[in-house]
Order: sequence, then structure tokens, then C-alpha cells
Amino acid sequence: MSFLDRFKKAIGRTTSQDPFVADLIEALSAERVHFDATQRFLHSHDASVFDEGNAGPVCFPITTQEVQEIMQIAQQYSRPVVARGAGTGLAGGAIPLGEPAVIAMTKMNKILEIDIDNRVAWVEPGVINLDLSIHLQQYGYHFAPDPSSQQVCTIGGNVANNSGGPHCLAYGVTDAHVLALEVILPDGEMAVIGGLEPEPEGLDLRGAFIGSEGTLGITTKIGVRITKTPPDVRTLLLSFSSMRDAAQTVSAVIAAGIVPAAMEVMDQRITNAVESFVGAGYPIDAAAVLLVEVEGLIDGTEIEASHIREIGFKHGATNIRVADSEQERELLWKGRKTAFGAIAQIAPDYYLHDTVVPRSSLADVLEKIDEVAERYELIVMNVFHAGDGNLHPLLLFDAREEGMLEKVHAAGAEIMRISLDAGGVLSGEHGIGIEKQAYMNELFTDEDLNHQNRLRYAFDPDCRSNPGKVLPAGHSCADIQALKKVPEGIWG
Amino acid sequence: MGVVDHKNPDPVLNDFAYEVGPTQPIAIAGNRTCWELSGTLNSGTTVISAPSGIVDYRPEEMIVTVRAGTTIKDLDECLAVHKQRTSLPDRGGTVGGAIAVGHNDLQRLGKGSVRDAVLRLRYISSEGQIITCGGPVVKNVTGFNLHKLMVGSFGTIGLIAEATLRTNPIPPAQSWVKTMIDPKLVFDKLLRPSAILWDGQTTWVHLEGHLPDITAQKKTLGKFGTLDEVAHGPELPANRWSLPPADLYQLDTSDIGNFVASIGVGTVWADLPQKKGPPDKGKLIIENRLKQQFDPENRLSPGRKVGNWS
Repeated sequence: MSFLDRFKKAIGRTTSQDPFVADLIEALSAERVHFDATQRFLHSHDASVFDEGNAGPVCFPITTQEVQEIMQIAQQYSRPVVARGAGTGLAGGAIPLGEPAVIAMTKMNKILEIDIDNRVAWVEPGVINLDLSIHLQQYGYHFAPDPSSQQVCTIGGNVANNSGGPHCLAYGVTDAHVLALEVILPDGEMAVIGGLEPEPEGLDLRGAFIGSEGTLGITTKIGVRITKTPPDVRTLLLSFSSMRDAAQTVSAVIAAGIVPAAMEVMDQRITNAVESFVGAGYPIDAAAVLLVEVEGLIDGTEIEASHIREIGFKHGATNIRVADSEQERELLWKGRKTAFGAIAQIAPDYYLHDTVVPRSSLADVLEKIDEVAERYELIVMNVFHAGDGNLHPLLLFDAREEGMLEKVHAAGAEIMRISLDAGGVLSGEHGIGIEKQAYMNELFTDEDLNHQNRLRYAFDPDCRSNPGKVLPAGHSCADIQALKKVPEGIWG
Repeated sequence: MGVVDHKNPDPVLNDFAYEVGPTQPIAIAGNRTCWELSGTLNSGTTVISAPSGIVDYRPEEMIVTVRAGTTIKDLDECLAVHKQRTSLPDRGGTVGGAIAVGHNDLQRLGKGSVRDAVLRLRYISSEGQIITCGGPVVKNVTGFNLHKLMVGSFGTIGLIAEATLRTNPIPPAQSWVKTMIDPKLVFDKLLRPSAILWDGQTTWVHLEGHLPDITAQKKTLGKFGTLDEVAHGPELPANRWSLPPADLYQLDTSDIGNFVASIGVGTVWADLPQKKGPPDKGKLIIENRLKQQFDPENRLSPGRKVGNWS
């Protein structure tokens, strides 16, 4: 069914008879509870390739108290809820299932306080990732997680997905940068988890909450660690005549005891696409390019950059370029960070995968992925966080072609299995959502998943918060109940 | 490229799981360096040791998998051969003990935190089953972060049997200096010091990295006061406090006694014990539910009190 057909199908539904909506309006206001078909359809999908779900009323709270009231009302009516930020998720984590109340956190977007003495910024969840780092520049600090979508994605979304980004190689992903969270549990109770203390009393609920994809509750206030911006940065672009040489250079750099701030690889196809998109001077004849960045004090960065150059040449680098100005550095990074946008020149649709493998198996895994793409007659491009083995194969396609989506999903499944067989995991930064639920059984035993479900249950005994996500069917039985609780006929 | 079986743990763990079994109160003892920290075990609790030994070490991946009963000393010696280390503190204890307690190393700023070092855990559940959580790679968002919950849980929701840890390169050079410069100024002026300790008068600074960087950092500090090279930091009082870092500049010695504060971190070692504030109500609800979910019979380390469950 085409996008237009699905939209038409959504039009005409009515919610005027639903007392759930009336109570939400009373709690927020008519301006901030939308139940028309257009708004519900707009909030029924994320940036993934999956078909949209069915959104219930869409709420735009502006205070913690309003989020609490939404949760209490949802509890009263036994209705599910789904929080969302900018909707940039790629695993279907924000796709509403069971016609839940969609809680759009984008209006809670204030930077509340910058506390330099505690090295923390208090923000509302709707603050855009890059906006915080831009705001922190005046103090000489930044927020380290930098997903490629950082110009639009929200920090609340980063918490839900435990987001990463190129510079997480040295700094760690979101989990390492969140100190405290104010959360509203699915029954409306508020909890403050974590804290500014280095070893907060009790169990590490903060660590458990981060990356839970909205299934444990909704965060309304986040204390994030801010990182001092180092005085010196060296950015190197290494060209290789084979992907294997590039991958082996990555392993050799780590084996040499150097942990760069970032190590990113792009294959020739994506490099060409990026180059014609941004004109950053990427070598279009190279089979692979490796973008490496080291940060710190001036002497140390020179030592490490020099060592990386030696390692690069030893492993077959055909050319090594060092950015000699901030403008050149920014241009190189612009190329890397807009890589996914550049793909529109080649195909109308793409499926961006996300798996992690041991660094030492990068070259073998990439060759196997090429074989899969060839077998399915798909174009594959690779742009990935090589330093931590986080692969992002892009399968390019045209969704209008009959049977194409099925072919893409089948190829994706093989890529996941190849990664697991290599000792890797299902996701490095996109999460499980609905995309990879079915594969959780390949990494975990039934008992393992049962314990994950126990964690879920402790926060959300009715499983009403973003039901139908992360855990595979059979391990989240209560989810099925939540998904069935929409009164018949209400949503047309 | 061989095929990795994620679900087939070290056979030694099967024996350990059998020893834990599904009934009777039980706890693990490491080297008992923090034995009384979270309360006293109920009488009648069987105390056993976790298995020891390094299962898999891949320096080029900066990952090590180790059984929980391995001493941190043995682990450090193994890693040092490849000029690596973890963030676990060596206070004479075991890997499982360090994770179960969750206290960070004195060099927290340089080495990172214990919670960030733990990539995957295998623990024995209250039903006596081996449970795996987390993953064997440095970056992973596959499923719920149960392994985070285990750090600092004192064996009350699962008995840690094996850990996969992130390793890091040991910096090529290090140096301790002592100075009378205001610790806040020291923290503001330095980039990534490994530790800044302050006893209310004297400041000790631990620097790590490339030697020219250490020299440059000392030169920066030297503009504000004299620096004396010392072999190590100060002796630490017995009681551990955990405070927001900014609070360290206003410590009241009548509450705390003599102290050594870890600037920029918030840990304080003091003569007097820390008084605990009232628990957050919502957090208490979740902690109670977690204990109920993971150990409904209260057989895991009974008597220990980590969260505030009743």
C-alpha cells in the first residue's frame, strides 16, 4: 500500500467519543492534544523503513506535571503510551503499536542549567543534541555523544536509544554521559534515578533505564555530563586501495595502544556519493577511506597522529591527508555526517543496518556482506564507526519495485547472522525496536530474555509503555494485553 | 572466520551454577575487602567462592573475559603484558567483588568508572540458572542493560560468575605532584587529569599520558604555585562518601572529620561515615519490585541492603 493510500485510510477516523481524549484535553489543553487523522498519521512512524503503526491521540506536554497527568490518565483507561522525540530512530522504536497516546516531547526543549562546577548540563528531553553542544561552546565544553542525526535528534531520544556517534570511540556512548534522570513511570509516579554523586546509593536504575527504548517510562529532565573541549585536534584522512587494508589499519591502531576520538571508514561507493554532494576533496579513486581524529594536548596529538601515519603506510595507505585548518576539518566531517543524505542521488530508498563485530573481523565480515548484496542483486555501501566495530551497511533500493522490500529484509537478516557468527551483537546504536526483536533469541537464551523482561516488569508491571518493542513475542506477554486494550470502534 | 556461539558459556560456570543451586540462602565471598559494607549476611547463609581464571583476552580488541573469582592483581598482571588495564580498582579484591561493590578507582578521572568498564556479565540467578546480559563487544545496545544493574548490587539480585571488561592502554608516562594551589583552579586548568586529591590544604595531582603533555600540564600549573614531585598520593581515611563534585569545596570538618576529597569526581575518604538521606520514593518502588522479580525468596546475599527495599 502506498504512502498516499495509507494516509487516505487514516483519514475519517474519529475520536470524539473517546473519554480518554477528553481527559487528556482537560489536562493539557485542546491546542496540545491532537486527535485528527493527519496528526496521528504524522506521528505513526519514525525514520525506519517499517510501515507505520496506529497512533492514538498525540499529546505535546510542556511540563513534567503534564507528563505525569498523561501517564495517570493512560493508567486510568489502561491505555498504552509511546514517547517520541524527533522521530529519527531507525529501528522502529517510536512506531506506535496498539493505538497508544503518543507523547511528543519536542516542546519540552529548554536547556535548564549549565553547572560548570559539577560538569553537568540539566536539559529537558526535547533539546536537540547539537543545540546543546553549540550552547556549551561559550564555556569551552561540549556534549560528547554525536549521532549523525545530531542536528535534529533530541537528547531524550539519545537516552532512550543509548545513542552513539563517531566520537564515542574515546568518549563512550550516551550511557557514559548521563548522570541523573527525572523519569515518570507508566503509573504516573515520579522517580529521580542516578545523581551527581559518583556512586549514587542503591541499584543503578539510571544505567538500566538508558537504552530501554521508552519501555520503562518517560524522562522529563536529564542531567548530562559535559566534556571539556580539548585544545588540539588532528584529523587525518587515509586512502586505501582495498577495504581490507583500511580495516587492518583500524585494528593496528588500537593494538598499538592508541584510542583516537574517532575512526570512521567509508567505501568507494559512498565516498563518491559524498564527494559529489559536499565537495570535501575525498579521493574518489580510493577503495576505502579512513577518517581518524585524535584530540588532546598539542604534543600528544602530534605523537599520536605521527604514529597513525606510520601505521597507515605500513598497512598499505596510498595517501594520507591531514586537515590543516578548522574549515578543512569541518568539511571532512560534513562529508562523513551527511553521507546518508548523499545517497538520495543514487536510489530513492535505503535500509541502514547497524551491527557490531569485533574489530579484527571487520574485513571478513565486510566481504561476506558484499557477497550477500551481490546474491540479492542489491547495491550495498559501507560507512561505519570502524574504531568500535560498528558496521552500518546501507542497502539501496527502490521501494516501488515489486518484492523489493522483502528482498532487502532477507538480505538484512543475513547481515545480522553474519555479524552474530563473527561474535558481534545485533545493534551498536540504533536499538532493537521492532526491527530486531525476532533476532534477540539468536543472541540470548530464553532465560536471559526472561530476566530482561523482569527488569521491564519492575518499571512497568502492565507493560503499557511503548508495548511491543525490544523483547520478542513470548517474552513480554503483558505487552500483548496492552496492545489489545483499545476499545473496539473507538478509532474507526 | 569461525562461528561464535553466544549461548554456550564457559563449562566451569555450569559447575558453579550447580553449586549455587535453586534453594537455600547463598552468597559469594571474594577476598572480603568490602565484606561489611552493605550489611551483615544472615546467619545460615552458605558462602561460596566464584570460579577464577582468565577465559579470553584479546588485546587488539581491548576486551578481556574473566571469571569473577580472579583477583584484580592477577588480571592486572595479565593485561600489563600488553600495556593495558581496566578501570577496576585493585584493593586486594576480586573482579566479581569489585563489580558487585561498584566503587571506582582513585584514578577515576583517568581510568573511567567500573560501570562503564563492564560490557557483559554472566551471573547465577536465584533459580540457579546462568544468565547472560550485555554483549562481548565495546559498543552494544542490544536489549536491556541488566549488566548495569548488577554493578554495585552486592550480590543481591544475581551472583556474578564471569565478566567481559573493556580494557584501555596504560598511558606511556605518569607523575604525582603535590602543591598548595587551590584544587578548583587545578581542575579548571588541566585537561583530563587522572586524579586530583585535596585534604583541605594540600592538593595532590596525578597526571598520565605522553611525557611532553605531562610536562606541559605541570608548566601550566607552575604558573599558579610550586609543584613538588611525590611518589604517590596521600593516605586515605577509612570511610567513603559520595557527593556532587561541587560540594567538595565546602566540606565541613565537624561533619566529616579529616578527609581526602577526589576533586572533579565527588568521592571523599573521611574519618566519619556518611549519613544517608531519605530515599527517593519512586526509586524505592522500583528497587523493591526489582528485588521481588530477581530474588523473590530473598536467598541471594540475605541481610545485605543495597537499595532501600524493605
